[in-house]
Amino acid sequence: MERGEPIIEFRDFSFQYNAQMEPTLYNIDLTIHKGEKVLIAGPSGCGKSTLVNCINGLIPFSYKGEIKGSLKIKGEESSSQSISGISNTVGTVLQDSDAQFIGMTVLEDIAFALENECIVKDEMTERVHRAAEIVGISDHLEYAPTDLSGGQKQRTGIAGILVDDVEVMLFDEPLANLDPATGKTAMELIDDVAVKTGATVIVVEHRIEDVLHIEMDRIILMENGRIVFDGTPDALLSSNLLIEGGIREPLYITALKYAGIEITEDKLPHSIRSINLTYEDKNRLRRWHESTPTVKPEPKTDTILDIKDLEFAYEDRPPTLKGVELEVHRGELMAIVGRNGAGKSTLAKVVCRFEKDCTGSMELMGEDLLTLSIKECADRVGYVMQNPNQMISKTMIFDEIALGLKLRGLDEEAIRDKVESVMKICGLYEFRNWPISALSYGQKKRVTIASILALDPDIIILDEPTAGQDFRHYTDIMEFLKDINSRGITIIMITHDMHLMLEYAERALVFTDGRIIADDTSAAILTNPAITEKASLKETSLYHLALMCGIDDPSEFVQHFINYDREVRA
Amino acid sequence: MKLLNYIERKSPVHSLNGASKLFCLLMWICSTMITFNTPFLLGATILGAVAFKLSRLKLSEQKGLLYFLLCFMLLNALLIYIFNPERGVELYGTRNLIVQIWGRFTITKEQLLYQFNVILKYLSTIPIILVFIGSTQPSELAASMNKIGIPYGFSYSFALALRYIPDTVSSFIDISRCQQARGIEMSNKESLMKRIRAAAALVLPLILGSVEQIEVITNAMELRKFGTQKRRTWIMSRPFKAGDYLTIAIGIGMMAFVITYNVINGSRFWNPFT
Repeated sequence: MERGEPIIEFRDFSFQYNAQMEPTLYNIDLTIHKGEKVLIAGPSGCGKSTLVNCINGLIPFSYKGEIKGSLKIKGEESSSQSISGISNTVGTVLQDSDAQFIGMTVLEDIAFALENECIVKDEMTERVHRAAEIVGISDHLEYAPTDLSGGQKQRTGIAGILVDDVEVMLFDEPLANLDPATGKTAMELIDDVAVKTGATVIVVEHRIEDVLHIEMDRIILMENGRIVFDGTPDALLSSNLLIEGGIREPLYITALKYAGIEITEDKLPHSIRSINLTYEDKNRLRRWHESTPTVKPEPKTDTILDIKDLEFAYEDRPPTLKGVELEVHRGELMAIVGRNGAGKSTLAKVVCRFEKDCTGSMELMGEDLLTLSIKECADRVGYVMQNPNQMISKTMIFDEIALGLKLRGLDEEAIRDKVESVMKICGLYEFRNWPISALSYGQKKRVTIASILALDPDIIILDEPTAGQDFRHYTDIMEFLKDINSRGITIIMITHDMHLMLEYAERALVFTDGRIIADDTSAAILTNPAITEKASLKETSLYHLALMCGIDDPSEFVQHFINYDREVRA
Repeated sequence: MKLLNYIERKSPVHSLNGASKLFCLLMWICSTMITFNTPFLLGATILGAVAFKLSRLKLSEQKGLLYFLLCFMLLNALLIYIFNPERGVELYGTRNLIVQIWGRFTITKEQLLYQFNVILKYLSTIPIILVFIGSTQPSELAASMNKIGIPYGFSYSFALALRYIPDTVSSFIDISRCQQARGIEMSNKESLMKRIRAAAALVLPLILGSVEQIEVITNAMELRKFGTQKRRTWIMSRPFKAGDYLTIAIGIGMMAFVITYNVINGSRFWNPFT
């Protein structure tokens, strides 16, 4: 490919935060050219966020530290520019599209940078409309953030940097808060905007397969503050570097490898649409599929939670739940999926009695939940919020886990016994005397789950248990949940993560507009295009792989993959 | 029930510039707070009622704020009387006793006029506050504050608060429910002391959450050049029209009248007793 002139040039660049003992970035050599589309990937803590902050100027202007080597942006040393000067070249869309929505409406948010540059109103209005047009948000200019979907907020964020005619668009984990179908659309939008404006695109993500939905020119793989790979997606996927680096491979690649098929660059493995499999490869995959009979998970039958004709509406709004019928069985590990606002979280809140004004019936082992207080209900159904920081109210781990028991008036000895046994289950015993502030995100998550487990609930409901986690931390949290599940606790997870659903949930409920439109195995749902489209999900690439190789029952193929994968990983 | 309730509507008051309305509001409040000129206050009350009518707003749409202000007014009137039932006598320098209730609690003509003035101050201001809030887009507020001379950093922080208050409230509700589920009783079944202590337990997670968010917001603002120039423009600002000059003139006129009256009369009080 013909390359444009360099726009970002790292030369032997190292950076150490003032508060840290060791550098976060070591000897980075990286050149990004005009018009390129580059994906930067790596596990949590590999330094990719720091690299982003160097490119957009937050380092060295907001976060202080020691720089060695050189970083040139548009030919000029970054440290001799200013954060606003760099912003004229590099526009950043932050991960949290909600928090970075600064204006009271879409119009104001897009105009924000122009207002700060003192542009007169008429010119501003014209430029805002042009940017809104490019990202397709023109019809919502007067909307407030609370009335927008995640995808629309992200469009607004992109328009907010396009008004400045930036040459580089930098996306920090653009897929983190989006449902699968919206994520797909978001990548297409990024591609489209790049074509329309000719801007360079830099995407930082660890969801490789989802980013490669569009053609990327290059992938940079980072590990421990260093660049370990810099080349084409095809070259990276033909290697084992992703797995070694603790990053998830695209599922179709994993499946091909399991079947013993060699992946080489000339097979163009960067996308399920581009991959070229030989006749022999396809036969091989079919043989792998047929080699062992696929065991379907045994459905559980002992009903623990029985919900009938449940209706709920928030004050002055149309109903969020419409006639929900659901039987949850003891020991299930279940996922609830669907787009934002479909009613998933509302169902969880109604079941936990956080929201009370509902009609219909809800019984837990014959007991009417609708007569219980929020506290009484918590002894039976526990709820774990997405962000552990929002749940933790004590400074010491022991006190945090003991809180619910203390408030239920147990004596001190009983509390100590219970807390210690829960700590052991959750792998927190060795940290028992630590302050919570010293824990990592994943450990904090365990503390919040432990504090719920201490109350001995029959069911635990978790909201996005693995949001924002890389593959290693994701596996860590999910294996932990699986372990708890195997101790007889029923687990319900609300999630956007199709991998989580596929790999861990034996049963999945699909919500659309306040109704359950499907209730089946995850493998069956993610190979059903009618349902995935309706609920803003995405078929797994395994489905397309199965079709490509002439396998009649893609759902069975997916189930076979899950079973095989489980065995390999165990 | 919302305290700040902008209502989209077509009216001559809605089409005014936020800055001229804000200026007039401040002049209005200052002049009516300073003066004890009863005819002036009566006039302002009528003018306020006319403005309210012109704005095509309804009292029922501003229930929250209206009740709050009315309660405040009654409480204020009551406290003035309890603290000093003869405050009016001291101020006007004469004593026309109407009835002696009990001990120091008397009713005099002077006290009645004084308290009538205080109530009039509220009655003349309340409608105009309701008009301002009901007819000015929150988005335009910050632009207006900046336009009448308040630094834009301060004005913008006001707009940011309005932007993020709904988020903070909803995360507070979630946090509170999770803690209630663990057994912290927040309903009125518990004693007030216990509830206050329980609420304190919610503050830590809320602060931790907010600190995370503030960092993101600050970065987002810096990356889009906030604070790099001495001035900034506002996409929500509107040009001045004839009505705006009239609005400003009303504000200046009221202030000028009160000051002139104070100077000529030698005191803030309109005194019919001497």
